Amino acid sequence: MTIAHPRRRWLQQTALAAAATAFAPRVLFARAETDRRFVFIIQRGAADGLNTVIPYADPAYAGLRRELAIDPAQAIRLDGSFALHPALAATGELYRAGQALFLHAVASPYRERSHFDGQNVLETGGTRPYQRKDGWLNRLLGMLPGLKDAEAIALAPTVPLALRGQGRVASYAPSALPAPPDDLLLRVQQLYEPDAQLHTLWDAALEARDMAGPGRTRQNPAELGKLAATFLKRPDGPRIAMVETGGWDTHAGQNARLAAQLKNLDALLAALKEHLGDAWTRTVVLVATEFGRTAAVNGTGGTDHGTGSAAMLVGGAVRGGRVIADWPGLGPSQLLEARDLRPTLGLPTLIAATAAECFALDPGRTLQTLYPGQTAAGRLPGLLTS
Amino acid sequence: MAVHEPAMPGIALNRFGLGTRPDDTAPADGRRWLLEQLGRYEPRPAAWDPLPASGDLVRDTVARQREIRDTPSDQQAPAREALRKAQRQHYLDAIDMRTLSALDAPTPFVERLVHFWANHFAISAENPAVAMLAGSFEADAIRPHVLGRFENMVLAVERHPAMLLFLNQNASIGPGSVAATRATRRNPAQQRGLNENLAREIMELHTLGVRSGYGQEDVTEFARALTGWSVAGLGAPDTPRRGVELDQGTGYAFQAERHEPGPRTVLGRRYGQAGQQQAAAIIRDFARADATARHVATKLARHFVADNPPPAVVERLARAYRDHDGELKPVYQALIASPEAWRPAPAKFKTPWEWLVSALRGLGRTDLQGVRVAALMQQLGQPLWRPGSPAGYDDVAGSWAAPDALMRRVELAGRLASLPDAGMDARQLAPRLLPGQLGEATATALSRAESGRTAMALLLVSPEFLRR
Repeated sequence: MTIAHPRRRWLQQTALAAAATAFAPRVLFARAETDRRFVFIIQRGAADGLNTVIPYADPAYAGLRRELAIDPAQAIRLDGSFALHPALAATGELYRAGQALFLHAVASPYRERSHFDGQNVLETGGTRPYQRKDGWLNRLLGMLPGLKDAEAIALAPTVPLALRGQGRVASYAPSALPAPPDDLLLRVQQLYEPDAQLHTLWDAALEARDMAGPGRTRQNPAELGKLAATFLKRPDGPRIAMVETGGWDTHAGQNARLAAQLKNLDALLAALKEHLGDAWTRTVVLVATEFGRTAAVNGTGGTDHGTGSAAMLVGGAVRGGRVIADWPGLGPSQLLEARDLRPTLGLPTLIAATAAECFALDPGRTLQTLYPGQTAAGRLPGLLTS
Repeated sequence: MAVHEPAMPGIALNRFGLGTRPDDTAPADGRRWLLEQLGRYEPRPAAWDPLPASGDLVRDTVARQREIRDTPSDQQAPAREALRKAQRQHYLDAIDMRTLSALDAPTPFVERLVHFWANHFAISAENPAVAMLAGSFEADAIRPHVLGRFENMVLAVERHPAMLLFLNQNASIGPGSVAATRATRRNPAQQRGLNENLAREIMELHTLGVRSGYGQEDVTEFARALTGWSVAGLGAPDTPRRGVELDQGTGYAFQAERHEPGPRTVLGRRYGQAGQQQAAAIIRDFARADATARHVATKLARHFVADNPPPAVVERLARAYRDHDGELKPVYQALIASPEAWRPAPAKFKTPWEWLVSALRGLGRTDLQGVRVAALMQQLGQPLWRPGSPAGYDDVAGSWAAPDALMRRVELAGRLASLPDAGMDARQLAPRLLPGQLGEATATALSRAESGRTAMALLLVSPEFLRR
């Protein structure tokens, strides 16, 4: 086996890794510059922000939500206006420890109500669906000095759109199949060598597999958080990871399903913190969804596709213990199209500001790279510890 | 004009079909081989014989749920568990039926169309009741209609209990309907009403396509028209009652009392029909719309020709659709006639399902002894009938041609090649499976492999075999 990309030695665990060091004198320098870890958790399916970060003090909340309204006495009180869903117990602890920050009435520029288009806008950083083919997280990779080469990993069997693009990216998901014979691996390697697409995929697959080590893990939220942490905490590991969560589309019977979803998210975040150890203090986790859900409960104990939602920043590097919201209100005249939470903060503003602070990049240039042609929507105070 | 096309039999078998079997004779004329399949397709091949009728499955579930409710609450758990297990078994059985009918299908091109349409009208089996009905959904709503008129497939799909349950339509109630008025009288605090999930996905995914010019009010109006479309016992009474039109075979029930009264206006057109005919009329108009012709044409072209389909092919298929008022056969004929579909370089990376089926066919299997398809599809990243979203699985390689997914194919190829009856010689098999398509590098690699098993596994993950 040859090492085509010596910089990706974080993925090597064989004796070959030692050889790679000789080719990579810039590694240590680059590491020292960016010791921060950035994790993007996408909530696919339009997570209900109003029942995640609950505006319990808004006089219209209880009436709109009727049987879905969450009793403030059961929820985790954040401040005089907002409370956290009771399933987010560990996240609530992080808030109290000043390591979780919630943002409300947030939305991407997308204003229709298709999941797939909404996710496309959220992941590409375009203003309309299918305007761009690459993802903002991949473009962020290109902004980090010396970190262009497979410094990001998707904890999924396939690479999500946000991570697709010019920058090389690894993907890893635990597998329950027995390992194939080495002979086959070696010959596959030779066979794919001249094939640009297969060669690239195969290299990344082999290396991610090496790094994950022999202990194969099951797909549950805590295991997924642990797995992400094992990659991210390595001194020579990737600095950026993306985790996909699905199942947030709650048209019917929402209360039980949302509670289960949030409990999973809570377990994922708690496992990340636990297994990152010291690296947690240098970590920022951003949680966002493609759009929100209707302010009012629908006829089947659920909510339909809406606009504004909530986002979270969690991690040891977050200046937390705050809810940031230019709250638009839930009164009939305050809702967007008389049905949705009106957004007052753009996801591009939030994502670009977080990424810029996380990696000490110029904020204006970061916004232009991640969201070409877009201007900041809404204002934000400093989000992270310096 | 005679054009020498050495790759043509391979393209017909692999790009349009389900992959070559060792006992296949490569067709001399690929186009003719595909066209004549349109004349001898069997909607219900023998592999599907053991499938219970959807109506029976629904009735059985309703009865068992009723029994559970009537038992003391501390004894309900085992009965619930047994029901869930039975529902899951129906799902697993149907996966085997689908796979078996793909392994020795006499009309592999039409079988591929079945898989294509089942993904277009995707249901997702997270919910045990939807999982239980996934096989009958494909057998009842897709298989009989793939060569007919599109609108008939849409109507069968949207009335099937699997779709109604998946997209929550069984629970949607017209706010001004008899049922809602009565419920409000009984319990004013409980609000019951519309669920627009099915309406939106019919417009966005099944027919017109997203961004084709409809607005929120069109979706809501259509959702009102759809109220009353329900499932017997799960949203509607399971015995015929006044105002309930029940289809015993599928378990679909129209419940007039839940239907929102009055005329509806969708996309500027007024629909004054009564009862279930109202939504049916709207769906028929959707099926005839220009946007639908383009949507269907684009998806077919993307599936068979290229991830970014050539505009000329899309235009040709859309025209065939319009000229024949939504008849699907002429659309397939236009596809087969398209020169772009016969370019020798493989443009498509096989999906996990296409790859698994072609690998099993390549190994000559006609049975599943020892192969657990449901588990394998899970490992390959695309569990069957479970895309997790009503949009189905994406049909572009970027979605699944990822490092880990490739590793799993290699792992699985190693396993399949070591099955006891896989002891064929890969060197002789390769040119049969990839007629006119096998490259020299792969042929050399097969001949140099250390063992027959490795050679066989290598063939199944060779660049030529991974693509079509």
